Amino acid sequence: MSKYLIGKAILALWLTLIIIAGFAMPMVPSPQQWFELPVIPALEEKARIIFFHVPMAWTTVVAFFASMIYGMLYLKTKNMDYDLRSVSAAGLGTMFCILATITGSIWAKFNWGSFWNWDPRETSIFVLLLIYGAYFALRSALDVEEKRATLSAVYSIIAGVTAPFFIFVMPRIMTGLHPGAKGDDGGSTPVAQLHMPANMRVVFFASLIGFTLLYFWMFSLKVRSARLEFKSQNL
Amino acid sequence: MYLEDALKSLFVPAYYIFLKDSRSELRTRYALNALFMFVVTALSIILFSLGSEAVSSDVLSGILWVVIFFSSMSGLSRTFVSEEERGTVATLQLLTRPTPVYVGKLIFNFFLTLSLNVVISLLYLVLINNFVIQSPAIFWTTIILGSAAIASASTIIAAIIAKANTKGTLYPVLSFPIMLPLLMTVMNATRLATEGAFFAEALGEFQILISYTVVITTASVVLFEYVWKD
Repeated sequence: MSKYLIGKAILALWLTLIIIAGFAMPMVPSPQQWFELPVIPALEEKARIIFFHVPMAWTTVVAFFASMIYGMLYLKTKNMDYDLRSVSAAGLGTMFCILATITGSIWAKFNWGSFWNWDPRETSIFVLLLIYGAYFALRSALDVEEKRATLSAVYSIIAGVTAPFFIFVMPRIMTGLHPGAKGDDGGSTPVAQLHMPANMRVVFFASLIGFTLLYFWMFSLKVRSARLEFKSQNL
Repeated sequence: MYLEDALKSLFVPAYYIFLKDSRSELRTRYALNALFMFVVTALSIILFSLGSEAVSSDVLSGILWVVIFFSSMSGLSRTFVSEEERGTVATLQLLTRPTPVYVGKLIFNFFLTLSLNVVISLLYLVLINNFVIQSPAIFWTTIILGSAAIASASTIIAAIIAKANTKGTLYPVLSFPIMLPLLMTVMNATRLATEGAFFAEALGEFQILISYTVVITTASVVLFEYVWKD
């Protein structure tokens, strides 16, 4: 129990430091000190979104794959616990997906001029949102627990295998606004290419790790409460 | 020898499933009649809303696939839903293994989609004046490969929703995110066909469609067993 408390304290401290660093590290034209970030032309203070928005989107993808893998394990073992984990991961994924969409959309209004532009990465997060919506719609339409667990696992795997197609299909059809878009070296794929100074990179990856750990903490909370709920329903 | 037996034990029952479905469809004509009327209704709504407007062929090739998507969504779930409704699932489960059932239904759905899409395309070409296909080879290849891709994705989703309570509404909801890469690709290929592109320019699109079909069909064959068995 105390180990758990220490872990939570470290995570809270970690994320606090990232929030402070993300908002407070000054942006100067020519950085001298380790804490000074360079001014990126046309982005300026708006560049700070990268410390929060990208980790949210990253966590969404982690949750999606976690949900899919637990679905596979459920199909293999028929152990109800894996279904509880799968649905918990999907629930968290939906939350992070909505957060990433909203933060990105507000930011796009101020940087690109409109809330939504159908750029490849916006489209892929929209599809992810649709998949999560369909996943929960399917679950609510099935009454028997085993059937619900099996069919939703199958659906998440089918959705998972189509994911690579977006990486190939979208750059052929639309131009991108996100970094790594058409004209950049990487081409317009939903996978990002990063060019940033070292100190920015440290904060960015620390935030990525922090958000991932936050996800795992929330996941363990959610799984435990789902297990209790499952137990109380089957008394 | 072994391979031959394995193929026989897969495709012979699959062929009989296909035959059974086609016969029952041709006798009742439930799906065919309803689907044909659906297509006529959808096309006349489009004609009314377009009026005498000169719409670009980009938009028109998009609308064509909107009609195809929703017609497929209203017709292709029949194969599995009718088995559930008639209570014939247990009979099929007794008679054969899951994979032949899936393959038979997939073949049936492929021919249903293909004939549906050919009818839609012909009507669309005749009724809408601005929609001119400059490279017929690209267009008809897109229709054939697109039908295969739609059939492969919609068959497994149909198997899933046949077990659910709200079958009709759930079907397009579950299918759309899965089919989006496919729909984007066929729309792009149709646009190329209206622009009179060379066949080689659309090869990338065809590769995507073929690999999409292969990937979804393979995943479906593996997963169908779990969906089919109670």
